[in-house]
Amino acid sequence: MTHVSQTLSSSAPLAPLTLPARRPRLALPALLLLAFVAVPLVGNDYWLGAILVPFLILSLAGLGLNLLTGYAGQTSLGSGGFMAVGAFATFGFVVHGGLPLPVAVFLAGLVTAGAGLLFGLPSDRIKGFYLMVSSLAAQFFFEWLFQKFPWFYNYGSSGTIALPRFEIFGLNAGSALGRYYVTLAVVAVLTWIAANLVRSQTGRSFMAIRDMDTAAAVIGIPVYRTKVLAFAVSSFYLGIAGALWAFVYLGSASVQSFGISRSFQVLFIIIIGGMGSISGNFIGAAFISLLPLAIDYTAQYFFAGHVDAGLLQNTQKAIFGVLIIWFLIKEPDGLARLFRNLGERLSNWPLRF
Amino acid sequence: MNLFLETLIGGLLAGTMYSLVAIGFVLIYKASGVFNFAQGSILLFAALTFVTLLEQGLPFAAALAVTILILILGAILIERTVLRPLANRSPMTLFMATLGLSYVVEGAAQGLMGAQVHALDLGIEDVPIFIGDVLISQFDLVAAATAVALALVLALLFNNTRIGISLRAVADDTRAALSIGINLNRIWQIVWAVAGIVGLVAGMLWGARQGIQFSLSLVVLKALPVLIIGGFTSIGGAIVGGLIVGAAENLAETYVGPYIGGGITPWFPYFLAIAFLYIRPAGLFGERTLERV
Repeated sequence: MTHVSQTLSSSAPLAPLTLPARRPRLALPALLLLAFVAVPLVGNDYWLGAILVPFLILSLAGLGLNLLTGYAGQTSLGSGGFMAVGAFATFGFVVHGGLPLPVAVFLAGLVTAGAGLLFGLPSDRIKGFYLMVSSLAAQFFFEWLFQKFPWFYNYGSSGTIALPRFEIFGLNAGSALGRYYVTLAVVAVLTWIAANLVRSQTGRSFMAIRDMDTAAAVIGIPVYRTKVLAFAVSSFYLGIAGALWAFVYLGSASVQSFGISRSFQVLFIIIIGGMGSISGNFIGAAFISLLPLAIDYTAQYFFAGHVDAGLLQNTQKAIFGVLIIWFLIKEPDGLARLFRNLGERLSNWPLRF
Repeated sequence: MNLFLETLIGGLLAGTMYSLVAIGFVLIYKASGVFNFAQGSILLFAALTFVTLLEQGLPFAAALAVTILILILGAILIERTVLRPLANRSPMTLFMATLGLSYVVEGAAQGLMGAQVHALDLGIEDVPIFIGDVLISQFDLVAAATAVALALVLALLFNNTRIGISLRAVADDTRAALSIGINLNRIWQIVWAVAGIVGLVAGMLWGARQGIQFSLSLVVLKALPVLIIGGFTSIGGAIVGGLIVGAAENLAETYVGPYIGGGITPWFPYFLAIAFLYIRPAGLFGERTLERV
């Protein structure tokens, strides 16, 4: 009997079981107003184009992985590979198929979803760490594929893919502001869909499987189909993120832009931000984008010019690692939980009881 | 036929190099259930420390001793600062902590000892020799012998010493081991130190072949398919898995590679591993876990 109660309590759910108290929903409109109106007013080209655009795209990639890992419980190290599929498929649809970019990006998302579905197929028998290691197959296979066959990069000499800058709805997407708006719009829509997905029956099934797939099967959830679906949905998001990364942020990309370090970066975003949380992806991505800047700035400020770049890079790496371990020890549910706790405390302030 | 034999044997021998890396994983996973992604960076750190000490003018044996001492201290430090605060957390949390750890170790190794390539000469001649009429790399033979010797030593350690038996007890049932008075923290320290030393051996052999540099920490990616084919919990499995991956990878590159553009070694072992896992989901020698609802 004791054993049973242990297994039940040991799998602590990552998402809250109780519904949060109803509060007037002002946070979201305020955030959107801030992102769509206030930020473009105050931001300069450097902040918009070089920091906010990659931040938003990384948030989207984190969201994709979080659907698979944080919600459905299937850890994957293939995110970079799927982002590459999105980028190269977009390129293919534009160059070989002559489609307009938005259509190409959407179709590329579907292609990536198909690829994710294929690599999700073994998940009925392979579980846990074994599945995680297997997901590296996707990473290395796609890296090889897009490097080996020149058709994918249209027989260019260096293996890079690039598209001419585009215009959407009269917005010149060549400017930092245009790129920011395009990214923001895509990310906002996809986040809205994801937030609704995880509240739907599908999302509940994801979480049931994450918490214990045997138990989920017992209560009648089609486990295999749901797992494969999670792989497909997650890959769709990663594919779109990859396409945006290549053509909206970088402008030209190659396989190296989507190497295994990208997979780890996306994984870190969801660890730091919070598994099984939508807002966590944004917090995690903000952290990942800003931390190197903060370290650079601090180093510049204190030892301007005295530190060599290599040492700085290694210190940055070590600090990053220490922070990850520290987060895992202090707040295993990530920064999103930390912020929520803070918010709850503030909402009761100063009378806590 | 000769080409086939040469490819096969070359692959088998190269596979033992993968096994060496995988053994370090298995040790830690067995004793603490931690999927230690930092094994690759520990390998880099160990090899880099060793070669730096050699370059400072220490004799071979002294450099080896000092490196081992540093690895033991490192293991104690890791146990105190990472494992102990994270005890009883989910395996996934621990895995992610080792990802962070790999960043720290890599950053420390390269920050302290530089990122340039170091050559390491172990005095093993890398000239191919003929056995019968099959050409075999002498270096590979030595590496294979080392892997087998290491596995034997570890098997003896596990089966015939007090520490080894405690290790197996912890691996078998942590709670029961605790209740009969086995010091879990000490066991973790020992296991991480031993895994570090295994990493040092692997790092020295890999380093002698390709130079000691950052890419050394990436051999971890070579060892992972070995690990899942053999199973996370079996040292013998790591050896057999290494042989399978080495041989299959070499044969595939020689016979299949030319038809699909070549360079398939980065991903081929993973597909092989998926195929194996599909038949045996916990690897060839891994322990199956019973799930209770």
